[in-house]
Amino acid sequence: MRKDLISSLVAIVALTVMFGLAYPLVVTGVSQVVFPGRADGSQVKKDGKVVGSRLIGQDFSKDQSLFQSRPSPTDYNPAGTAFSNLGPNSKDLKDAIVKNAAAYLKRERPYNRGLTKAGIPPDAVQTSASGVDPQISVANARIQAGRVAARNRLPKAKVLALVKDNTDNRALGLFGEPGVNVLDLNLAIQGATR
Amino acid sequence: MTVQGWFQIVLFFVVLTALTPLIGGYMARVFGGERVFLTPVLGPVERLFYRLMRTDPEREQDWKGYARTVIVFNLLSFLALYLILRTQGIHPFNPQGFHSGTWDVSFNTAASFVTNTNWQFYAGETTLSNFSQMAGLTVQNFVSAAVGIAVLVAVIRGFSRRSGKTLGNFWADLIRSLLYVLLPISLIGAFVLVSQGVIQTLGANIDFTTLTGAKSTLAVGPVASQEVIKELGTNGGGFFNVNSAMPFENPNGISNVLELLLILIIPAGLTAMFGRMVGSRRQGWALYSAMLILLVVGVVVVYAAEAHGSPAQHAAGVLGGNFEGKETRFGITNSALWSAITTVTSCGAVNAALDSLTGIGGAVPMSNMMLGEVVFGGVGSGLYGMLLFVLLAVFIAGLMVGRTPEYLGKKIEARDVKLVMIGTLAMPLLVLFAVSLATATKYGAPSLFNAGPQGFSEHLYAYTSQANNNGSAFAGYTGYVQPNSPGNTGAFGITYADIAGGLSMFVGRFVPLLAALAVAGSLVSKRVAPLGPGTMRTDTPIFVVLLIGVILLVALLTFVPALLLGPVVQGLTPQLF
Repeated sequence: MRKDLISSLVAIVALTVMFGLAYPLVVTGVSQVVFPGRADGSQVKKDGKVVGSRLIGQDFSKDQSLFQSRPSPTDYNPAGTAFSNLGPNSKDLKDAIVKNAAAYLKRERPYNRGLTKAGIPPDAVQTSASGVDPQISVANARIQAGRVAARNRLPKAKVLALVKDNTDNRALGLFGEPGVNVLDLNLAIQGATR
Repeated sequence: MTVQGWFQIVLFFVVLTALTPLIGGYMARVFGGERVFLTPVLGPVERLFYRLMRTDPEREQDWKGYARTVIVFNLLSFLALYLILRTQGIHPFNPQGFHSGTWDVSFNTAASFVTNTNWQFYAGETTLSNFSQMAGLTVQNFVSAAVGIAVLVAVIRGFSRRSGKTLGNFWADLIRSLLYVLLPISLIGAFVLVSQGVIQTLGANIDFTTLTGAKSTLAVGPVASQEVIKELGTNGGGFFNVNSAMPFENPNGISNVLELLLILIIPAGLTAMFGRMVGSRRQGWALYSAMLILLVVGVVVVYAAEAHGSPAQHAAGVLGGNFEGKETRFGITNSALWSAITTVTSCGAVNAALDSLTGIGGAVPMSNMMLGEVVFGGVGSGLYGMLLFVLLAVFIAGLMVGRTPEYLGKKIEARDVKLVMIGTLAMPLLVLFAVSLATATKYGAPSLFNAGPQGFSEHLYAYTSQANNNGSAFAGYTGYVQPNSPGNTGAFGITYADIAGGLSMFVGRFVPLLAALAVAGSLVSKRVAPLGPGTMRTDTPIFVVLLIGVILLVALLTFVPALLLGPVVQGLTPQLF
């Protein structure tokens, strides 16, 4: 028993040094040298100032001429993430979806005649898991393209081409789902209107 | 459901099956004490550990000695982690200035990480310093996984050896699984993840102004190094509260498929290692097949259910899949695949909100765990749990044909079967007791988020997850109240949930562990009967079917009434609550 105690104590100290300090510090050191941008969070700069990360979604609702992110249960806070956690049969969830769908139709229908509730892509009215989903679905982006083109006085074909440019396809053509990076796309839109 | 989606799922399992014998063969050599290609580099480190610990790796232990070392080591690990969490405020690497944890949440968290559960009542990025994440949690992510593998190796020796009383040396098995298995895969995995965009930095959080002029902050930290072992060790505790749904933990399709492979690779590989160690690879494939079949059924059900959409969404008139709590880059397919995989294994990391899965979709993760985490299960713990079920299946088949039950030539006798029953029934008993207490008294109420059947599901999920050392959650459930003031002052835990949960994790971890070791201790000295015409084969499809039947019967049937009250009710009704 005493022998077990001593061995255990030494093991805990030695393993903490190795796996708790050396291992993460080595990974940090190498990553910082080999992948500096990515290890620091893929920050995006505009005019020399950090305006976000291309991996982290943000709120664009203050500027209705831009593409809008998916609804977020945390007000797009990347430093305090949470799920909505609303259950599948929750009245609150239904009310939230109804509200989001009405807002989406009000915003997009003037530029997409004939758009109905049934035509809304499901990602556009249901909250993302992280609350900071950087992407929207391609269908969602194509609907929003009408509004963005009109508000920015750009030809719709040009906006659709930018949507295509900023679509992350399936990795290796196989894994995951395609999505449009909203921050990248909005920066491209702002670049095109300049 | 799409053709592309099904294709991704099939492709994933093909890759997994191809990797299984490779990693299994490698681990068999490591634990057989043979030289592997890493021995020239790691051999000296290994010997340094033994010298520091003043232990002789050649000195073998019987099952009682092995068990005693495991218990002493885990007890001290628990105390060390508890101390780190309680004194967080005075440690370095704390750029956000977080205060120390409260006693009840720290108890729950320490229990959680030592038992390989990684249930999280706290929110990582708003509660824990980088020091606590690295020196506290990351260490236990490695160590608790290695303990599981070590115990499994000892249990397998009970089956494979033909004489003697000993099962191996715990320290040798522990250090070897850490150095030769977990460390190299983690290092490579971490760099691949960083290359995809997973962050790895010790800098402070980054304040910035968004494109539309709002103030915001990126929480950053040493994520990749923890992310990889979180999956590889079937731990599951995320750096961020939303776990692998956070783009900084899981940025794209490649990182997602890699993380899924990391979750399954060791539990799958261990079946192949088992086959080699007992001298018949077919025995390993038989167990792998039973596991794979149960996993794939779960994947299909949850995929179909999620693609159908939720009642709340249908009531609101929106078509398409249930996207509530799912990320665009994963979609329905990869969220469904992940949710099934993370719960058959005892990983518990999530890339979508389980609380928001449809009724039937949510019943899958829950019933996956109720199988006792033996379908792949936790690293090591899954397979020794499965071996208990194998003995049970052999015993039941023996009763049916009127022969003395044998497995791998060793007679299974009354004492062994008693131990098997303790090992397999402790968990269901514990879960049903804890859920009843939480539901019937006022103590469970403060933890609930949703009302109606979903509230009951939250209770059921919480204790099922903790007692099975899974750690995923219907995350509305809480044992911790987050303050609004910065730096964590004013936080308090919900004592009942923290303590009942913590105890569930200990019992759920150590009762099956000790039962399996005891069985191995009894089997190791038994003579091996030669294969005869009357021997019941345990490497055939018919045995696989029998084994699946026994698992469903024993583990799942116990929970059917409880499942009916929660997720099934919601799956069958369009009514909203």
